[in-house]
Amino acid sequence: MKNIRNFCIIAHIDHGKSTLADRLLETTGAISERDYQNQVLDDMDLERERGITIKSHAIQMDYKQEGQDYVLNLIDTPGHVDFSYEVSRAIAACEGALLVVDATQGIQAQTISNLYLAIDHNLTIIPVLNKIDMDAAMIEEVKDQIVDLLGCDREEIIEASAKTGFGIDRILVEIVNKIPAPKGDPEAPLQALIFDSLYNSFRGVIAYFRIFNGSISKGDHVKFNATGMEYHADEVGILRLKQEPRNAVFTGDVGYIISGIKSSKEVQVGDTITHVGDPCKQAIEGFRPVKPMVFAGIYPTDADDYEELRNSLERLKLNDASLSFEPEASAALGFGFRCGFLGLLHMEIIQERLDREFDMNVINTVPNVSYKVFTNKGDVLDVYNPSGLPEPNYIEHIEEPYITANIITKAEYIGPIIKLCMDKRGTLKNQVYLTTDRIELTADIPLGEIVFDFYDKLKSISKGYASFDYHPIGYQNADLVKLDILLNGEIVDALSALITRNNAYEFGRKFCEKLKEFIPRQQYDVAIQAAIGAKIIARETVKAVRKDVTAKCYGGDITRKRKLLEKQKKGKKRMRQIGNVEVPQKAFLAVLKLDS
Amino acid sequence: MAGIYLHIPFCKSKCPYCNFFSVASLKSVNEFLGALYLEINSQKDYLDDQEVKTIYFGGGTPSLLKLSEINGILEKIRTVFSVGKAAEITLEANPDDITAEHLQEWLKAGINRLSIGIQSFNDADLKYLRRIHTGEQAERSIRLALDHGFSDLSVDFIYGIPTLSDRAFAFNLEKVVALKVPHISAYSLTIEPKTLMDVMIRKNQLPGPEEEQSVSQFLFLMQYLGSNNYEHYEISNFCLPGSYSKHNSSYWKGDHYLGLGPSAHSFNGVSRQWNISSINQYSGLIDAGKPHFETELLTPIQLYNEYVMVSLRTMWGAGLDHIQTAFGEGVASYFRSRATQHINNNEMHENAGLFRLTDKGKLFADKISSDLFLDND
Repeated sequence: MKNIRNFCIIAHIDHGKSTLADRLLETTGAISERDYQNQVLDDMDLERERGITIKSHAIQMDYKQEGQDYVLNLIDTPGHVDFSYEVSRAIAACEGALLVVDATQGIQAQTISNLYLAIDHNLTIIPVLNKIDMDAAMIEEVKDQIVDLLGCDREEIIEASAKTGFGIDRILVEIVNKIPAPKGDPEAPLQALIFDSLYNSFRGVIAYFRIFNGSISKGDHVKFNATGMEYHADEVGILRLKQEPRNAVFTGDVGYIISGIKSSKEVQVGDTITHVGDPCKQAIEGFRPVKPMVFAGIYPTDADDYEELRNSLERLKLNDASLSFEPEASAALGFGFRCGFLGLLHMEIIQERLDREFDMNVINTVPNVSYKVFTNKGDVLDVYNPSGLPEPNYIEHIEEPYITANIITKAEYIGPIIKLCMDKRGTLKNQVYLTTDRIELTADIPLGEIVFDFYDKLKSISKGYASFDYHPIGYQNADLVKLDILLNGEIVDALSALITRNNAYEFGRKFCEKLKEFIPRQQYDVAIQAAIGAKIIARETVKAVRKDVTAKCYGGDITRKRKLLEKQKKGKKRMRQIGNVEVPQKAFLAVLKLDS
Repeated sequence: MAGIYLHIPFCKSKCPYCNFFSVASLKSVNEFLGALYLEINSQKDYLDDQEVKTIYFGGGTPSLLKLSEINGILEKIRTVFSVGKAAEITLEANPDDITAEHLQEWLKAGINRLSIGIQSFNDADLKYLRRIHTGEQAERSIRLALDHGFSDLSVDFIYGIPTLSDRAFAFNLEKVVALKVPHISAYSLTIEPKTLMDVMIRKNQLPGPEEEQSVSQFLFLMQYLGSNNYEHYEISNFCLPGSYSKHNSSYWKGDHYLGLGPSAHSFNGVSRQWNISSINQYSGLIDAGKPHFETELLTPIQLYNEYVMVSLRTMWGAGLDHIQTAFGEGVASYFRSRATQHINNNEMHENAGLFRLTDKGKLFADKISSDLFLDND
């Protein structure tokens, strides 16, 4: 146990985490060549393209130093705001962390909040300044930032280039020398933390764990504390480039268990594994069930694909327990599902995976958060769908979820960013200069405002420089109304939104204007109206097409014309008929683009 | 039954709305003719020895060709293909090229049909379109052609021009009806992407066409020519009984045709091909014996889609029997069921298995045919 080191890497997206991990694996011989993919830890296409590690993984390396053999377990962490709980569990499984900062970019909000998580868990931090070989590297400036943040000595910061391999040896030396070996009692009852899971179609759900006390052997009768489920350990082992079965995994080490688990619901990140016969006294602290934060309806474009969509979602859920969904019916869109996501990025990822991996063409409704509606009968309802909002006369009051947002930006953008936070009904909490030209801003903002276009706006007003992180802080009072959109007099339930009363008029007006851009002209005039209850608050009209006929169709025109009309037919197939109005898919997301 | 189309890619000046391939200079005429002769040789088998019933000089401005050049081309075609005795041989001509001398020459060369690009008799419209003739020249050219015995005469009009009032459009039509011009093509002004006119309208240097005006002028066109005994035999084409353009009708009836010259298209029943749109590359590739065209082999679905798109534009309509024979029972019943809503909508009607567009349907021909299409995948 004294020769085990468990560590993770804390870094902002694109700051070189995966390349660095790659280099560590290569240097320790965990991979002989870069024979697989450039970045071993990200193995979904989508992850590589977006440069985000969506699902965390772990990998073990052997390392020899001064005649001693060490086992290094690198636990990967997802790098986006939506996954902060998963990050916290990965951090809880480690004794140390590499803080990787891009020398050309400096410290970003995400890095700071994950760093705080690591410090809260008493992790030893090894600062690494990456990409020092780049022309744009601001070595001294970024070192200042790191020193300010960690209170470390300048000399402690390792200069590195994951690309060229510079500094990798020193990183390995310091992992061994600085990060403490795991503590724990090998003789105590088993206590292992689940920090991740993976679905395998042959073997079921595989749980990744870190053992704090005791050991786990093949064939053991184990129990997962939070779910209360019991299993026989069909296989246990350690995580090398592939899973390597072992007879047992011991205190301090990282490993996996296969026990014929069918559903990812049964393996919850943060849960504790123990023995049925000799259970640990306490579960590992910090577990909480995954809670979706953002909700949206997902409907098949072709109503016939409903069952296929269900199958696709079920398969996605097998390896992504944080996705939740339940059947929902919409008058406009037919049968579909109300899905719960960890955040907006998570929602986008699911949509893209449906498209890429399952070839499912879907329509998404306006995303919203979950509200607590207190009825005058004393009930509290969780409302996460506009149609679920009770009639006004039954509502005593409504509460909405708030988050604390941490934003790090160059000082020059601070004005517009503060204005953005205020526009989003935010309350400024704190404003700290990290260096002379970088500010960390803290604000409490309703989550419902974040799901619209907060992130895009933040990026655009800061020219892409501001970084953003958030965590939920509970519920506060909200003055909420249901805003309906009518097309030719018919309510399109899929376009209804829950919104603060004060914003409703402007929102309704912008929404109608935006829909006018997205709804193509048809054979009739199309009236687009926004309404609160029976009261119309905004209106736009899409004028009817009066003719649609090509003037010339001679020998040389036929091919081009046919292709054009075939394309139109395809486009039309992707539209939904609502009353007598044809609505393209993208209109359902118009709400997200109100200001562009 | 087959046709030959010749694309003569030369103009005196470029019209800003036109997106056909042409150059405003005659300096490469010889290069073009040399390559055209070679192309005629190389395509001798394209029409499978079918008799050539129509030859069409289009462009560009074929009336810019010299008599010797027209003679040369026709002679070359006659040596390589079997051209029917009564073949319809059409020349597109601009009013400014129509002189007594030219008319006599064309008759001598065997041209028996003229298509004159009148566009309008109203000088404000001609100026908007940047045509180089006047309304007076236009009228004179028609009279001259009729006087010289071109009884098979066609005139082109454009409507929906911002400068063209309803009254002026009616006046245009009244004039040709009075002259008993047997064939009239009338096109709604269309702003093709990337043309000069498109750019000017986008930059607000020129007013663009108004949909409402195009619609009302189209409706008037149908009504007025109809009441003067003209048959509306294709969306943009009208004629006195019997005076159809045989050549153009062949495009709409699925006949085979060979297109010669840069950018010309050909069809042989199973594939379409189109020549490269550059005189220089056209002649270079032909000289080098390399392919100077792209080909697309048509799938049954594409053939069906083309049949629907083209036949519905004509007064002959789309035939259920033909669809059944050519594409099978399943496609025929698909067509029939899709057509039902358009019939209920008063956009189509059916008579003895022939489906045609109503006047209302003609305004939405593209949307309707696209709706009747089959999906490619």
